[in-house]
Amino acid sequence: MSHPLLEIRNLHKSFTLHLIDGREITPVRDVNLSVAAGEHLLIYGRSGMGKTSILKCIYRTYLPTSGQIWFDSHQFGRIDLSRAAESVILSLREREIGFCSQFLRVLPRVSALDTLCEPLYRQGMDRATAQEIGREWLQRLGISPALWQASPLTFSGGEQQRINLGRAFIARPRLLLLDEPTASLDEATKQVVIAMIRAAQAEGTAIISVSHDLAGLGAHATRQWTFA
Amino acid sequence: MIDDWILRVEQLSKHFGPTCPDCRRLTGPDTGRSQCPRCGTVWACVEANLQLNAGEVLGIVGESGSGKSTLLQMIYLALRPDSGHIWYRDNGGPPRDLTTLDRYEARLFRNTKLGIVYQRPELGLNMRFSVGGNVAEKLLLAEWRHFGRIRARTAELMVKTELPPERIDDEPPTFSGGMLQRVQIAKALASRPSLLLLDEITSGLDVSVQARVLDLLRRIQWEDRITMLLVSHDLGVVRQLARRTIVMKNGHIVEAGLTDQILEDPQHPYTQLLVSSAL
Ligand SMILES: Nc1ncnc2c1ncn2[C@@H]1O[C@H](COP(=O)(O)OP(=O)(O)O)[C@@H](O)[C@H]1O
Ligand SMILES: [Mg+2]
Ligand SMILES: [Zn+2]
Repeated sequence: MSHPLLEIRNLHKSFTLHLIDGREITPVRDVNLSVAAGEHLLIYGRSGMGKTSILKCIYRTYLPTSGQIWFDSHQFGRIDLSRAAESVILSLREREIGFCSQFLRVLPRVSALDTLCEPLYRQGMDRATAQEIGREWLQRLGISPALWQASPLTFSGGEQQRINLGRAFIARPRLLLLDEPTASLDEATKQVVIAMIRAAQAEGTAIISVSHDLAGLGAHATRQWTFA
Repeated sequence: MIDDWILRVEQLSKHFGPTCPDCRRLTGPDTGRSQCPRCGTVWACVEANLQLNAGEVLGIVGESGSGKSTLLQMIYLALRPDSGHIWYRDNGGPPRDLTTLDRYEARLFRNTKLGIVYQRPELGLNMRFSVGGNVAEKLLLAEWRHFGRIRARTAELMVKTELPPERIDDEPPTFSGGMLQRVQIAKALASRPSLLLLDEITSGLDVSVQARVLDLLRRIQWEDRITMLLVSHDLGVVRQLARRTIVMKNGHIVEAGLTDQILEDPQHPYTQLLVSSAL
């Protein structure tokens, strides 16, 4: 295998809770893992073990406490995400790294179509082109056209999750971080999402997912890694 | 694109009062005070550093009195800093230190490159001029001369800010609170500034009215990619628009980071308090 797209070395993450007598919590201890282009690494483990924290460290929603997260960037070459400048991280989020959180964080009053297209707007794509791509994705995700102009705030859990996934996929990132992507989906939609993941892999996207779904999603992963 | 900054604030400071030898020790975030208990000096903004990249929205949060408006007024060139620099550059051109501009240059700069919107409409608007008059005032100061073009620009801005264009000759007191904020935004955007400064512009508005103003800003940001500095005491407002956020307390920047990081992994004890009380 060529050298990995992402390589995590000795990652630690602790939180200092100043409001609770400075208590320390360390959800991530000495994690080492890597993923290559086109691979899908599935992280499995009991809840509360810190799996989401690993994804959030990569995306820099959490500031890693120590260790390195090497990413082979198109724009910046090989860089350590744990230390990269905020502007670099923002640019990577726009163009190279997508993250689908466990729950959709919708902007109130923004339509499903605009919510989905926002990553494209941020790239500076004009609205008409972005929305054309957005409509294709909504179709693919099986969201009824009647809902496209409505706010996802009132959507069902499964519909929200599909919008959420679409947002992560739409900008065609080279690395996709997926937190429980199939958790709230019915069987048919789950198959749609698995097909999306496989198509992205085929295009060379590296995927790290966190999931309990060993039988469904897990069966399609390149590798599984149990986090204990 | 990474080093695409348009504004860089370095060690910018402003105090009000006589100062004494104990001032600095007795003020700041660790003491929970901005005002020196010995001499009464207020340390409104102390050694602030920040960088604004072209097209981004940067949020500034902090409780009332933390120095947000002071910082904004210095950047607006309406308040002279005690020390520090405000570097500005257009499209990667040579940086200029705005603190060295004379009064005339500063006024022209303010009217061409900057726009500002305040919480209180009477600060941003001349309440005795019509909407058209307010926008024209800004454009005349930016050295626009052609009456027809000024009128056309005003109509265009009213559409953009969702104001009924037929109300171009109406005066501000006849508008609702939410509309007044949109009139201010229209005026601020008139000369196509590179930087929009927003000081608590939705504070005091009803939730639904506030929402509409924020939606408008989001749309303007998506469409025009205008750079914005968004000041609010409300983390909920900042999170809706800003991807990076700065946290101020007692005149100091105590934390700066990606907005999601500030919300989910705040480092400074004060930020942790702010986040926990906002949730
Ligand atoms: N012209 C002034 N004279 C004296 N004190 C001032 C003046 N302007 C602001 N201050 C003080 O500076 C501090 C910071 O104020 P301000 O910048 O308005 O904070 P914020 O906008 O965060 O509420 C406050 O204690 C305020 O009373
Ligand atoms: Mg203020
Ligand atoms: Zn003093």
